[in-house]
Amino acid sequence: MSDPTPTNPGITDAERDELRRHGILLTGLEELYNWGRSHSVWPLNFGLACCAIEMIAASMAKFDIARFGSEVFRPSPRQADLLIVSGTVTKKMAPQVVRLWNQMPEPKYCIAMGACAISGGPFKQGYNVLKGIDRFIPVDIYIPGCPPRPEALLHGLVQLQEKIRNQAIAGPDAPRHLQAEGNCDCPIPECGAHDIEPAQNDALWPKPPELVRPTKT
Amino acid sequence: MNATPLANPSSGAHVRSVPGDLPGDLMEVSMGPHHPSTHGVFRMIVTLDGETIVRLKPVFGYLHRNHEKLAENTSYLGSMPYTDRLDYLNSMTNNWAYARAVEQLAGIAVPERAEYVRVILAELTRLLNHTCLAGFLMQDCGCSGTPLMYAFREREKILDLFESLSGSRMMCNYQRFGGCRVDPSAAWLAAAQQLVDGYGPFLDEFEALLTGNEILLARTQGVGRLSAALAINAGVTGPMLRATGVNYDLRKVDGYGVYPRFQFRIPLGEHGDVYDRYMIRILEMRESLAILRQALAGLPAGPIMNPAAKLRGFRPKAGEAYGRIEGPKGEIGFHLVSDGGPNPWRYHVRAPSFINLTILEDLCLGHTVADAVIILGSIDIVLGEVDR
Repeated sequence: MSDPTPTNPGITDAERDELRRHGILLTGLEELYNWGRSHSVWPLNFGLACCAIEMIAASMAKFDIARFGSEVFRPSPRQADLLIVSGTVTKKMAPQVVRLWNQMPEPKYCIAMGACAISGGPFKQGYNVLKGIDRFIPVDIYIPGCPPRPEALLHGLVQLQEKIRNQAIAGPDAPRHLQAEGNCDCPIPECGAHDIEPAQNDALWPKPPELVRPTKT
Repeated sequence: MNATPLANPSSGAHVRSVPGDLPGDLMEVSMGPHHPSTHGVFRMIVTLDGETIVRLKPVFGYLHRNHEKLAENTSYLGSMPYTDRLDYLNSMTNNWAYARAVEQLAGIAVPERAEYVRVILAELTRLLNHTCLAGFLMQDCGCSGTPLMYAFREREKILDLFESLSGSRMMCNYQRFGGCRVDPSAAWLAAAQQLVDGYGPFLDEFEALLTGNEILLARTQGVGRLSAALAINAGVTGPMLRATGVNYDLRKVDGYGVYPRFQFRIPLGEHGDVYDRYMIRILEMRESLAILRQALAGLPAGPIMNPAAKLRGFRPKAGEAYGRIEGPKGEIGFHLVSDGGPNPWRYHVRAPSFINLTILEDLCLGHTVADAVIILGSIDIVLGEVDR
């Protein structure tokens, strides 16, 4: 039982269920729109490392990602809705990943698949590995594992669908591409003298608060 | 036909014309690192005359994960899970090569049962790798879907076996110095036997679909020819080398483990083209099945782990060792230098994918872009191992 909301004014869930029993489907435009696009998420055909093999396995017969409407792996970012960062992102690869993300049209989503994409994982100590792709692009779903099983990827996809279904298409809660500010491209890092620059996207990964140590008296 | 060297060949432009001394302009195309046919994050800078390749510059390093440096800063056993992630299709053989290197370094004996189990797992891995390779190669030929689906169906069966034995589908982390981590149960061995019995019929079905197929023959025969001399000079190993007709297989040459006890043949190619490389893998799978049948029938009882092997506080005496086995992609070896400490002083991986990839330009010159894709597919690379 939910309160009447702007999208279904003056009607409760129980009443809607009652109507559905009589063959009347009552819905709002936002709900219908989100229902449609949540079941046709087209991922980018983009593999980075070990997790990519499990991503391929998820699209094969045993796990069959087609049951969730996402079997259409697109080779071009222009046609894709979902970037699955499937594996270790190195400093050499990070600019390409961000560039691919910028090339995808809105609305777009990102899944960080596996420990490496989330935090650098087992290779975190390495000098050439990013400490997580979420420092550069906004990540919607994190799937832990090394590599995550295909079932875990499917679970992540279902969670993403849930997220899409709950998105507003107008008003202050609307996603970034529907806001008035316009350009929401992420800055593409470049190879600097010692590290990639910038080392993170400040809008996504704000600097941690400075520790205030009590002074000795 | 010579392409004029570019001032800065990696400036990021994807397609641009290259001024040459020929009447028509050459064109430079950057394939990768995001390209569905490069099997990961590999980049080829291809210079084209029309559709013919006149120059090809491979660019690696997009997946350089500091494997060797990390291994020099962790204990010997701590590197074992990292070896899983080298060639992430074949974790069992990577584990075995690394365990062999450390066993040679420290002089640890391996019980007979463990040697048999290692052979069983290595041959299952070879089945897995070659099946997936055939599927991916067909995908590169443009046959998107069906063969790869068949291959992954069989792969899942093998992964189920690996999972029930080691607890993980892909990253098995199973071998230990002086044996194996878990003793396979009778039920596991029965399941393995069942898989081996069912694999021959699968291969028959797979071959009926592919081997004599008109399109496959037209696309692969005479494409990407590799001469035996070049293969030997470049250090190419594995099915790539044997497709050129060189009889070199470490299972016979070194006779490591218990391989000398088994009857099996080494398939050899003649032309060294993509088709031979495909056929070698299919035939090797049949020989792997023969080895598996013998190993499962002859598996002795006994301990799976050398009781004298030390897991904690492991410090081999100063020295160096090179352990190698015949992995599915070629000779996979680990070179370890110890200074007596708990970590290797130097740790080097001889990665077959990387060394086999060095001849890519020689294979591709004079062919079209579409052929470069299947030549790359037939080399069988995994970028985790190429870039490490």
